[in-house]
Amino acid sequence: MKIVLIMQRLILTLLGVSFVGVSLLAFTGQASAQPAWMPKPPKAIGGQCDLDPKIMRKTHMNLLDHKRDQTMHDGIRTKKFSLKNCIACHAVKDESNKFVTIKDERHFCRSCHDYVAVRMDCFDCHASRPGDAMNKAAKAAGNPHDKSAGVSSMGKAGDTTVVTLRKFIAGEAK
Amino acid sequence: MAETYRQLREYNNSFNILLVLHVVVIAIGLGAAFYMEHNGHVVTGMNNQVVWGLPHVFAIFLIVSASGALNLASASSVFSKLAYKRFARLSAILAIALLIGGLVVLLLDLGRPDRLIIAMTYYNFKSIFAWNIILYTGFITIVGIYLWTMMDKTVARFNKVAGWGAFVWRIILTTGTGSIFGFLVAREAYDAAIMAPLFISASFVYGMAFTVWVLITMCQATGHRLLTRDVSTKLRELFIIFIAAMLYFTAVQHLTNLYAAEHIGVERYILWSGSVFTWLFWVGHVFIGALLPLMILMKPDFGSSRVGLTSASILMLLGGMAHIYVIVIGGQSYPLSLFPGMEVTSTFQDGVFGTYMPTLPELLLGLAGVSIAMFIVGFALKILPFLPSPVEEDQ
Amino acid sequence: MISLKPDQIQPVAQNTNTNDGKIRDAKTREDSSRREFLKGSAAALALAPGMTLFAYGEAGAKPAAQAVTNKSRWGLLIDAAKFSDADVDACVKACQDENGWRDNGRPLTDAQWIRRVNLKNKKTEEKFSLPMMCQHCAEPPCVDVCPTGASFKRKDGIVLVDKHICIGCRYCMMACPYKARSFVHEHVEDQKEHAPRGIGTVESCTMCVHLVDEGKQPACVKAAPRGGMVFGDLNDKSSKLAQLIKSVATQQVRADLNLDPGVRYRNI
Ligand code: SF4
Ligand code: SF4
Repeated sequence: MKIVLIMQRLILTLLGVSFVGVSLLAFTGQASAQPAWMPKPPKAIGGQCDLDPKIMRKTHMNLLDHKRDQTMHDGIRTKKFSLKNCIACHAVKDESNKFVTIKDERHFCRSCHDYVAVRMDCFDCHASRPGDAMNKAAKAAGNPHDKSAGVSSMGKAGDTTVVTLRKFIAGEAK
Repeated sequence: MAETYRQLREYNNSFNILLVLHVVVIAIGLGAAFYMEHNGHVVTGMNNQVVWGLPHVFAIFLIVSASGALNLASASSVFSKLAYKRFARLSAILAIALLIGGLVVLLLDLGRPDRLIIAMTYYNFKSIFAWNIILYTGFITIVGIYLWTMMDKTVARFNKVAGWGAFVWRIILTTGTGSIFGFLVAREAYDAAIMAPLFISASFVYGMAFTVWVLITMCQATGHRLLTRDVSTKLRELFIIFIAAMLYFTAVQHLTNLYAAEHIGVERYILWSGSVFTWLFWVGHVFIGALLPLMILMKPDFGSSRVGLTSASILMLLGGMAHIYVIVIGGQSYPLSLFPGMEVTSTFQDGVFGTYMPTLPELLLGLAGVSIAMFIVGFALKILPFLPSPVEEDQ
Repeated sequence: MISLKPDQIQPVAQNTNTNDGKIRDAKTREDSSRREFLKGSAAALALAPGMTLFAYGEAGAKPAAQAVTNKSRWGLLIDAAKFSDADVDACVKACQDENGWRDNGRPLTDAQWIRRVNLKNKKTEEKFSLPMMCQHCAEPPCVDVCPTGASFKRKDGIVLVDKHICIGCRYCMMACPYKARSFVHEHVEDQKEHAPRGIGTVESCTMCVHLVDEGKQPACVKAAPRGGMVFGDLNDKSSKLAQLIKSVATQQVRADLNLDPGVRYRNI
């Protein structure tokens, strides 16, 4: 009996310690270099997000929800918090210089949602990559991607594609 | 006085086998539903012309039967027919079980069953469909309370009230189910106020048939007699009246439709054209579901025997499926009249009779609904005293 | 057992009812109505092909941040006399291109937002075709029956399905007298970013609401030759559409149902 008790206590202590450890890691991870297991969402093309990313991270679903009702029922088609605009700004390209869809695990939304295991059904209906217009803009900008650079180079300042696309998003239709 | 009800304790193996069988059917049916959801309705026979298919036939059949299954309970509490009191509990639990079975099928056939929470939180109160969701959940609650008043002595004084409540509610429920069709102005087969009484009369037949079927199965499983000769005779007579009423309303439905010139086309399609529905109507609904059982039941001795009642019940249930099939599928298959006086063709099945061929997953899902109902009843019998205790009276 | 036999396919109309490429001989009728129309409005010139400017009396696009109101009620006038089969097909194609629905080779389950309906008058044997789509009813049965409120009518009269709350029950399809709705029977990929559509939900013509909100015309209207379709604001008495409806004989399909469709026809 005693042995069982001791075992129990041991396991509980271990669990507690590891929990504290993990939480600490998580905090420090945010503050400084990310540990390898944290999600690494790709950088957005456009500049400033509609809201501080810290707030976006927690509330984007509510903001999108609210906006969706406004657009759907009242025809309000401003860019702020519109899914279409978020998709354009957060588009990610693959090695062949094409925007990836939600099927690709490098897709912006998936980079976090996979990690937290939260299913989204947005893309059952919505396009998960920018439409033809932006594709054209990207093509026109030339600069086929350096294969080795891959996805991360999307956000590099000075990249001509990024500059063009940023302009495109900023000026893009309502 | 000896106890009137008992919990199912001694039973032979057939009961266990039956339960296991139902579990298997349910598992397969859920698998089929998952398959349908995963691939989309393209793997079913349903299409843009016939949008409701076999699952809806099963679901509506079960829901309609649910209300009818309450017959014996209502007879005892509302109409004070004490002979049926022994069956009141079974009748009530069967009603709940059938309704749940039907609802599960309906739910799993939705395009987005994962949005159940939306179906429960967004209501359009103009929609008869939304009202039906309320009617169904209300039914389960009220019959549940009714059962409670039957089983708990401390609340027994509310039994009468609850019985009335359940009775009124079930009539409204079947009216509501019938109205799902009655409200469709553009569908010529449905555009009729007669749908509600027709559904009520049909519910009496199908619900009772389920009740009798379950009762006789339980006789088999326990090896006891649960029905006195007296009750068997009464059931036989009730069946005859209910079948006659159903036939009457069916006749009225078709005759009034024939009277309205614009509905002759659809009536001809269903009644004479030689389509699947003509066969299902005359052979399935009228002959197998009504005339044949009537012939059996009309024979006083055989009609009230165990074999007679069982076979009549099973025939009525089969005929009932055919009946609902003709209403649901036949009514959709007949083309909408967009331009009266014109011949219409298109690539979207305008002007042609819609095709529908049920696929296996649909059938499996539907059968799972029946099994869910039966499993719930079987399980309930095991844990609480729902079953009437055996009668000692001799044959 | 329920019969698993397939139902027979029995076309009501035996002969295929096409008017292969020929415009129906509607010149005479056309002329009289046009004369009437010329009396009523000087804007008749806008009937000319190639018309793409705002022809519906509004000053232009509403500001993106402004909610739609019931001041306008968008509608269409379709002149059946101006359509050959090929013309209708051009409109269908334009809708497909704009909204991203396509033919997957499964005619029973594929969505059709707009379709060509071939008609033959049983008495006169006259054959013609016309485009048929959601009629954007003022009293839409689809909206009345929808249990969740997913089917709804915008304040400006456009009837839409809010696919976020559509549960795919298909009751609206049972209720619609015009067979205007399709159920999405399979997974969809590569949707247009302005026209979301997905498995398990119901869809229908949106009157190209995304274009209308920008002050543009629906795709089918642009594709219709000879000004066969006129888009505009039924509430704005000065709009070309309202003027036309005032001055020429127009019809509502199944007017007997009193649904007050926003899509009207001529020369049926
Ligand atoms: S045509 Fe059909 S889908 Fe369109 S508004 Fe009318 S009822 Fe609804
Ligand atoms: S299918 Fe969708 S839009 Fe149509 S009635 Fe059902 S929930 Fe409403």
